[in-house]
Amino acid sequence: MSKLSDLFIPGLISLSLFALAGTELRSHPTEDASKTHIAVWVGWSGFEYDAFQGVVNDYNKSQNKVFVDLLSITGNSTKTLISTSAGIPPEISLLSAAEIPQFADAGAIEVLDDECKLHGWTEDKYVPGYWDVLQYHGHTMALPATPSTVALHYNTDILKRAGYDKPPETIEEMDEMVNKITKVEDGKVKLAGFLPAEPGWWRWSWGPFFGGQLWDGKSRITMNTPENLRAMKWVESFSKRFGPAQISSYKSGFGVFASPENAFLADKVAMEVQGVWMHNFIQKYNPKLQWRAAPFPYPKDRPDLKGHTIIEQDIFVLLKNCKHRQAAIDFLAYLQKQGPMEKLCLGQKKSSPLRVKSPEFWAKHDNPSIHLFDDMAYSKSCFSTPKLGIWPEYDAEIANALDEVSLLRKTPEEAIRAIDERMQPKLDQYLNRLEKRRRAGK
Amino acid sequence: MMRRKEGRAGFLFALPWLFGLLAFMFYPLLMSLYYSFCDYSALRAPVWIGTDNYSELFHDEVFWTCVKNTLLYACVSLPLGMVMAIGLAMLLNLNVKGMSIYRTIFFIPSLVPMVSLAMLWLWILNGDYGVLNTALASIGIKGPNWLGDVAWSKPALILMSVWGVGNAMLIYLASLQDVPASLLEAAELDGANSWQKTRNVTLPMISPVIQFNMVMGIIGSLQVFAIPFVMFPGGTPARSTYFYAMYLYDNAFNYSRMGYASAMGWILFLVILLLTLVALKLSNKHVHYGGV
Repeated sequence: MSKLSDLFIPGLISLSLFALAGTELRSHPTEDASKTHIAVWVGWSGFEYDAFQGVVNDYNKSQNKVFVDLLSITGNSTKTLISTSAGIPPEISLLSAAEIPQFADAGAIEVLDDECKLHGWTEDKYVPGYWDVLQYHGHTMALPATPSTVALHYNTDILKRAGYDKPPETIEEMDEMVNKITKVEDGKVKLAGFLPAEPGWWRWSWGPFFGGQLWDGKSRITMNTPENLRAMKWVESFSKRFGPAQISSYKSGFGVFASPENAFLADKVAMEVQGVWMHNFIQKYNPKLQWRAAPFPYPKDRPDLKGHTIIEQDIFVLLKNCKHRQAAIDFLAYLQKQGPMEKLCLGQKKSSPLRVKSPEFWAKHDNPSIHLFDDMAYSKSCFSTPKLGIWPEYDAEIANALDEVSLLRKTPEEAIRAIDERMQPKLDQYLNRLEKRRRAGK
Repeated sequence: MMRRKEGRAGFLFALPWLFGLLAFMFYPLLMSLYYSFCDYSALRAPVWIGTDNYSELFHDEVFWTCVKNTLLYACVSLPLGMVMAIGLAMLLNLNVKGMSIYRTIFFIPSLVPMVSLAMLWLWILNGDYGVLNTALASIGIKGPNWLGDVAWSKPALILMSVWGVGNAMLIYLASLQDVPASLLEAAELDGANSWQKTRNVTLPMISPVIQFNMVMGIIGSLQVFAIPFVMFPGGTPARSTYFYAMYLYDNAFNYSRMGYASAMGWILFLVILLLTLVALKLSNKHVHYGGV
């Protein structure tokens, strides 16, 4: 064999592999190449994804310049982070509003102030609570997708059996109801009136529900305040009343959220904080459940907090250095119109972030408490996660502290002090480094 | 001339792999070393901060909690897993009818994907309705709240780790079948009983495999991640199951502290390297190679 043919096969294999490695990851085999393709990544799946796909299909059909490649991704924010750091971000990604500071501080998302002016995306157009979470350091960093507030969902049958025909209005009333409803037999909890750790999604919120703040908005962690301490003591009171081991053991019998074994759906917990989406799961897993929703109770001596709620929102961000910025803006503009937005929110059975809603939206929405969820977003005492770049770590620290308190391993005072002592240096360091980067223009 | 030609062809065949090794192993490895000395979030350019990440780690209370949890887990699960794997391999090496069925049964659990395994054990270990506690109750023992009690969460994970001994067991089984029958017969002729044969013939003969599995076990147990990550989000209860790799992951992907996570990665690498070298050094005089 000649020298050339000796090297031909291994050389060909090597070249082929290199060529494959260089192939662009995103391919669009089915669509007209003359259109501008934009990548939109979302974490939605199931019916929530289908609802968005319907809106995307409408958009793709409505014009012939842009085609939206929609992708459902598990762990979307992590993958957005990785793709952005690699320099190949999607045009648009769906994040939660709590993630804005992290991405904004890192300079990974576009400021949308100019687009807001141009397209009339202003405070007047949106429900105040939902608009506020999009703002960071005076700039609009994202646009609303599907929002929600949370409310106390209560099982009317269980409450009736305990002699109550309406939900608690104050925390004190709620505590009294919990004492009456909760059943402990032979050292085992058989029914719980309410559990602060169920479902455990907003454990940071107990302080704000008692009027506390988690930071001063500038540079101080403010966990160690009377309101936050009061909240922590309230959480502790459940373990003192019913036993930490008993509660923990009872909780271990709860099934996963999206299942008939969900504690609220299985009549194991009479009252639970949940969002507008809970109705979907009730319909799917226990349609016979008798339930209602009401604002979460407020402390009796803080009537100013009446009607408070947590603002939750999925948001669209425009990634920096994406390929087709203008096409992405055009698609976002389409989504912010009343028709597409209502179609998306109705499809996902959520509230709409727009102030103006059509009569059809209300008529078609099958959540019996949709007006309540919508009204609460106008409340002056509504709150959301702190706009802090170190929020994920702070959140984890609060969750751990509540765990320690619930297990009676730490007193509320010790737990709160520990959070402050750990998080304040972290915040100082974060802000210092951010400032240094800003000065260095990095 | 021919050898040089073959060498060139071999190099070309290996080129894609070499490229992969350099691009996807060496480059990230070197970059992570650099990032460990930087303030780096993966979204912005790294900024050199010297040894700040390392000194911060040494004063980080959660870091030490994770180190303690991980070492405790490794110290118990590793020897337990090794004893179980050797014991099972010896049992499965007996000359019994239908042995291939038993071998399959004991190996199958190690094929179950980690996440499925975690979901399965969530039910087995459930404090109220779990299979394990129901079985214990039937013999009059009140089982603990495995998943919710700080004192029992780590033992629960250690118990689960035994479930995955199938791979190690298979390697031991293969090595047991290589133990020369002549040596065992000679020992028998000298009047050795079963324990003496095991201690003085079988174990020395499979000692290189024991050493190999021990090193792999050290590496694996110090990197424990998937099962506690699924079963105990955030290391609950009260960070009793918060392991080193989980904190590393949180820093890298949840807290956007890639530099800090890189420093953790390098510390783990050095600790594993050190422990492996110590283990090799200590065990070398007990390891016998048949061919030497």
